[in-house]
Formats: sequence, structure tokens, C-alpha cells
Amino acid sequence: MTNTRIKRRLAKDKLLLWTIYLFAALTTVPLLTILGEVLLRGYDQLSWEFLTQPTPTAYKAMKAIEAGDSIPGGIANGIIGTMIMLGMASICAIPLGILCGTFLAENSKNRFAKVVSYLTDLLQGTPSVIIGIVTYIWVVVPMKGYSAIAGSVALFIMMLPLIIRSTEETLKILPSSLKESALALGGNKVRVMLKVQLPAAFGGIFTGVLLAISRVIGETAPLMFTALGCSFIRWSVDKPISAVPLLIWEFFNDPNLQQLIWGASLFLLLFVLLLNITAKYIAKKWNQ
Amino acid sequence: MESIIPILEFKKTCVSYTKQTMAVKYVSAAIERNTITAIMGPSGCGKSTLLRAANLMHNLYPNITVTGEILLNGENILSMEPIEVRRKIGMVFQRPTPFPTMSIYDNVLSGFTLNGIRLPKEEKDITVERCLKSVSLWDEVKDVLNKKGTFLSGGQQQRLCIARALAMKPNVLLMDEPTSALDPVATKHIEELLLELQKEVTILIVTHNMGQAMRISSRSMFMYLGELAEYGDTATMFSSPSDERTKSYLTGKMG
Repeated sequence: MTNTRIKRRLAKDKLLLWTIYLFAALTTVPLLTILGEVLLRGYDQLSWEFLTQPTPTAYKAMKAIEAGDSIPGGIANGIIGTMIMLGMASICAIPLGILCGTFLAENSKNRFAKVVSYLTDLLQGTPSVIIGIVTYIWVVVPMKGYSAIAGSVALFIMMLPLIIRSTEETLKILPSSLKESALALGGNKVRVMLKVQLPAAFGGIFTGVLLAISRVIGETAPLMFTALGCSFIRWSVDKPISAVPLLIWEFFNDPNLQQLIWGASLFLLLFVLLLNITAKYIAKKWNQ
Repeated sequence: MESIIPILEFKKTCVSYTKQTMAVKYVSAAIERNTITAIMGPSGCGKSTLLRAANLMHNLYPNITVTGEILLNGENILSMEPIEVRRKIGMVFQRPTPFPTMSIYDNVLSGFTLNGIRLPKEEKDITVERCLKSVSLWDEVKDVLNKKGTFLSGGQQQRLCIARALAMKPNVLLMDEPTSALDPVATKHIEELLLELQKEVTILIVTHNMGQAMRISSRSMFMYLGELAEYGDTATMFSSPSDERTKSYLTGKMG
């Protein structure tokens, strides 16, 4: 009697456990299928040439298709454009974001800080297409043209709340005894922040920065309004410039270039994965 | 002259977290130079709150107000700059807090770094050796000075924190239950150390452990509900407490 009851309970327990496992496994399906699809379609396109040559013209691509060859050229113009814009956006967003995050963490009860914190949340939730159109009005119109600068401004605005939040959260979870013991040695607030709190929070802040970069690297909509795109390699910041996600969109729209979509997608996906793995690794290493 | 003025004196010191309630009520007590004074009492009686008032830790939290006077060598610290006071009155916390990104060597010198004082290399070496020797940690760590302080055991970390506080040559060392997170062996080590250290620095220690108070302190305060119920020689207080509240705490009727 008792035995069967225990058995039934154990069976129920097992059933529930397996259901949970099943649903946990289900959540990995989207990522794995996307990764598989892009890998299968794109892996034979990734080559040194693909990464170092600019996009071919539609005419060249058409000729190659007619001759039965693979399309010449690659996405170098997009990679360089992405790097330039990400670089400029990061140079502005990292210091500003860390400063603002520090302010929010240190003055959480301050009224002004509460308002700033709330606005940061709103900015984080602002659709990127709106950031794109506003940047268009602010930067592209006065500068009388699309440019890498305009693209960087849009990315900068998108990165800012992510870096602010991660800095703030990381500083807030540091034990208060750490700050107190540094102040107890007679340090002033600035020195305690620079010598003790920020170094202790470095792992979290760095992870936040990498995640912010990986979050905006795939943004397409805001760049359509600002960077526009460019079919050759360009290093100047005041002219239209390309980016990898822009190229994917262009390839999709041009029947002659559609073959290149998967290589470009795979590159972008691998880059983001690499950033994420690096971020995880550094966070782990720093916390030891 | 120096012997007449107590090194640290509380005069009608009150601390309140909110306008309605006082955590420490009109405490007056003079701390004798080069002694260990223990602050005892049940949880929530205001012992830590009183201790933290003595190096202006409460200034960090705008909702906390401290009134009355706290005199260091006759000067009221409540009207002094916190960074000035905290260099003269060091503090060791309940849990060891070595700075996680600094080496053992840099941890000892962190007081100087945090005060923006640059020392020549030889002086740094001398200071590190002197401070680590005074907490009897030198022999254990002299070969790993460049390792992070967080690699040490709990007891070693706490001794490192004491060394760090001593490096600034404070007049008074405040200790907030410094052994409550440590095992008995590490606790014994620290207690022996404190008995040695009282020759150099006046120690004010909050403790939950009555045995510890008896073992190391020469004077004791007993606090109850924010008030200083009794203050006197430790031996006298344990053998014949004059206050009813002290008596019932010491005999285990309350606590």
C-alpha cells in the first residue's frame, strides 16, 4: 500500500522533471536552428577574399553568374564601415556611459538621478528606427549628406543606455563594506571610486561594453537613415559608408548579389558570438 | 597634560536613523589610552552604530544624524573633515575586505594610495614589512606579496585588513566584530594580536562574544536599547555588575 503510493509520487516527480527538461531544451531550438541554417548556407562563402574584397557591382556579378562562376568580391567595405562607426561610437559612449552609471550608482536616492535613471530605461526601449530618423534630422540634414559620423551618432545613442545600466548595476552589487573600508582609510570619494570601486567592477563593466557592441553591431534600420551605404572601401568619416548589416539588406534586394547574403550573415553572427563568449570569459576570469 | 585628556570621549552622543527613533541615546564615555575597550550588548542595541559614529561613517548616509560631541584628543570630530578624522581613527570590519584588485603589498599601502601620498620604494618596502610583522602575517606571505589579497584565508585576510589600517598609524582602531566571521583558531590569533597591539594603539571593539570581551578587554561598555547601561572595568563588570540589565545579559537571562 505505502509502497505503491511512494512509487506513484516518485513517478510524478520524474514526469515533472522531464517536462522541465523538455521545455528547457525547446528554448535552445531557435538559436541552434538559426546557427545551423546560416552555417550550412554560408560556410563555403567565407574566405580570405570574401573578407578583404569590396562588394562587386551588380553588372560584374551578373557576368559571373552567366559564366557559371561564383560571384567575385566580398564584404570588406561593410566590415571597415562597421568598425569605423563602432569605434567612433564606442570612444564616446564608453567614458560617458561609465561616468553616468557611476553617478547613478552613487546617488541612487537623489531625485535628479532617479529621473536620469528612468530616462535611461526609456532610451533603452526606444525603437532603433526612431533613433535613426531623429539622427537623420540632427546630423544628416545639417551636414547636407549621409556619413559615417551620422551612423556613429545613431549607434552611440543606442549603446549609451546599455553601458550606463551595466556600470550602475555592477557598482551597486559590490559589497558596501568595500567602499566603507576604503573610505575608513581616509580616501576621498573620487580616489575610492578610481582605486577601489571601478577596478573591482571592471569585469562587469567590460562585459557590459562588449554586450553593448554586440547589440548594436547588427543594427540596420538606424544606419539606413544615416550611413546609407557605399559599394567600395572608404575610410573618410564625412561620406556615406557601408556596414555589414546594410550589405545584407542590399544583397537581399539585388537578385544578382543574393548569393552573398549567407556569407555576410555568417560573418556577423560569428562576430557577435565571439564577443559574447569573450564577455563571459572575462567576467568569469575577473570574478575569481 | 596628555594623560588627563582621554584619547577618545563620547559626550551625550546620539545617533538617529529616522526623526522618530534614536539608535544611540545620550552616550557619554571616555576611552582610556592604550587599552582595549569592549562594547557588548544584544543585537540591535546600537553598539555598531556607536562605533561607526567615531570615524564619521554615518556621514555617508544623509538620513543618519549624529548629535552631541565625540572628542579625539579633546577636539570634536563631528566638526572636522571626515577624511582627516578617518586617517586618525582606523576601522576594521566584520568581514575581511581586502581590496580585490590589489596585491597583498598594495593592500597594505592602500591607505597611502587612497590619500594620494606617494612613498619612495624603500619606504614602501619598510612600511609593508613593519605592518605585516606587527600583525604576524609577514612570515606567511613574504614570498607571495604580489598575489591578490583575496587568495589568503579568512583569518589572514582579516590580519591584512588590520595591517592596512595600522599602516596609517592611527590613534584609535575601531573594530566591528572582527572575528565573528572567523573560525576559533583564527579568532585566537587575532585576539593575541590585539593584546600585543594595544601598546601602540587604543582599540575599541564591538563584540557579541562575552568570552572574548573577558579575554582581551580591560574596560567594557554594556549597551541596551541604545543606552549605555554600564561602563567600567571588565573584571568588575563580569564579577559584580551594578546594572540589572547587565546582570541579566551576563547570566543569560536576556540576549
